[in-house]
Amino acid sequence: MNFIKELLSDRDKVSHNLKMIFWGIGGLLLLVGFYGWAIRFFNGHIKANYGSIVTWGLWVAAYIYFIGLSAGSFLVSSMVYVFNFKKFERIGKLAVFTALVTLLMALLSIWVDLGHMGRAWHVMVFPNFKSPMAWMIYLYSIYMLLLFVEIYFLLRYDFVTGSNNETLKGKLYKLFSLGSTDKSEESKLRDKKIVKRLATAGVPIAILFHGGVGALFGVVAARPHWHSGLFPILFLLSALVSGGALLTLISSIFQEGWSKNKEIVIELGKMVLALLLLDILFQVSEFLVAYRGGIPGHTAGFDLVISGPYAWVFWGWQGFIGTIVPIVILVLPTRKSPRWVALAGFLIAAGIFGLRLNIVIPGLAVEEIHGLTSAIYSHRVDPHYFPSISEWLLTFGIVGFGMLLFGLGEHFLPTHNESETESLSESKV
Amino acid sequence: MARFGMVIDTKKCVGCMDCVVACKTENNVPEGYNRDWIVTVTNGKFPDTTLEIQSQRCNHCDNTPCVSCCPTGASHIHDVGNVVLVDHEMCIGCKACVAACPYDARFIHPDGYADKCTFCIHRVEKGELPACVSVCPTHCMYFGDLDDPNSEVSKLLASRKNHPLMPEAGTSPRIFYLI
Repeated sequence: MNFIKELLSDRDKVSHNLKMIFWGIGGLLLLVGFYGWAIRFFNGHIKANYGSIVTWGLWVAAYIYFIGLSAGSFLVSSMVYVFNFKKFERIGKLAVFTALVTLLMALLSIWVDLGHMGRAWHVMVFPNFKSPMAWMIYLYSIYMLLLFVEIYFLLRYDFVTGSNNETLKGKLYKLFSLGSTDKSEESKLRDKKIVKRLATAGVPIAILFHGGVGALFGVVAARPHWHSGLFPILFLLSALVSGGALLTLISSIFQEGWSKNKEIVIELGKMVLALLLLDILFQVSEFLVAYRGGIPGHTAGFDLVISGPYAWVFWGWQGFIGTIVPIVILVLPTRKSPRWVALAGFLIAAGIFGLRLNIVIPGLAVEEIHGLTSAIYSHRVDPHYFPSISEWLLTFGIVGFGMLLFGLGEHFLPTHNESETESLSESKV
Repeated sequence: MARFGMVIDTKKCVGCMDCVVACKTENNVPEGYNRDWIVTVTNGKFPDTTLEIQSQRCNHCDNTPCVSCCPTGASHIHDVGNVVLVDHEMCIGCKACVAACPYDARFIHPDGYADKCTFCIHRVEKGELPACVSVCPTHCMYFGDLDDPNSEVSKLLASRKNHPLMPEAGTSPRIFYLI
């Protein structure tokens, strides 16, 4: 207990310790991930547990989770850069950078899931535009480009002013400034205008590509669990919830958040609570429509979710830890303590991963026709799925990679400049 | 333009699995995966029951969710007989088609591409029958052009009671079971 008391006694120390924990976990996860990567590269899919029936497993769930985090945090950042929401200005850059890191994590997760990793470029060169997947891939490629350009213009001024040949940071800044040396106020103003335009264009793109991920599942008529018009919207809502929740956690740990982001964390908590309640409404309506109709094919997936072998993912993980506990935290007076709100953010962000698992796996584990599985006995033809060790470790590795990349970015990239807030409100960009 | 399909007589089929073995041999299908398989279905209520033995495979549907969801166009409809095929060199292995098929007909080959029944198009183009049809010891499988009213398959469908598998999936399957 003394140790915890000591941990929490000094604000700066807390921030520092949390960061150390963050680096430690990130490094450990990255390390164990190498085992998963090695298995994936040398043995292909043989050591993975998905097969012909449950063909998408943990990696696809991780993919839609990470890409949701990206879309969600980008949309939160757009509140600052498009709608000029001043309260969140301190975490604007943090949110855009989070969007980039989680997008890279998502792309890694789906890349390892491909049967032919070396052919990923085929989609760009030989697209079939009847396929929602092709649309999605084009849209998130545009989104990734946009993110890079937006980050560049967001930080260009800081890169230029901070570049020198002495320190590592200075050298990095010189590299990142891409040859730009304009330090004038006009260029700063111009950058802000460009960022605003890019962020504005990004909003519909983020909505479209994440809606596209939902549509990719929603159009599969063979899987009644997914085949619903609500799906693209449900995906978007869950993205906003998870992105907002993750930012709540991040802004309390990073950029001296423990002492300076208090207001933001509490404000984000309110927003996330509202979005989470809306998300629950959508999920409940999916269940109600399925069970009121009572068509066996339609309810089978939901049966698996609430009473199958992995019902604990729904009741324990997604329901209790990811929904009920954080709602209680965000409703009770604890909602005014950034420490508790950050915890709620962490729980919600973790809970949404359970939701993603409950979308991907039960949808596939229910067979439309009881043919193949009764005819052949093979672990490749089995509706029962639990990710293998290499699948778990590779996913952990991707999380570790994301954490370290984020940590490095947070450490090296220019942070929010306190004086900027005033100058921005005066100039009314 | 031909539209190849299959008619399988469940009254004659004994479920010997010769079609399964022939397919595995002809197409070198890896262990743990099958392009065709035998399912036995019991219809009715005791004591009034009938047994239906179905040799199942890709239905080469007219309305193909697997082709329309393919992001690269690797899944395509072949010029000869509108057979649904996968271009192994083009496929990235995203598994969208595996998820989209209501018949579980597709799988990811250990080499990383989507694979399934081809109606043995390499044999059909040479004028031979698909391997499964040609080895059937009870001659219960028929292969031919569903658009040609004079073909054996069309005549059988016109004269005998039959049903496709799961027509409610809306894919217009082209394999019919005589009952």
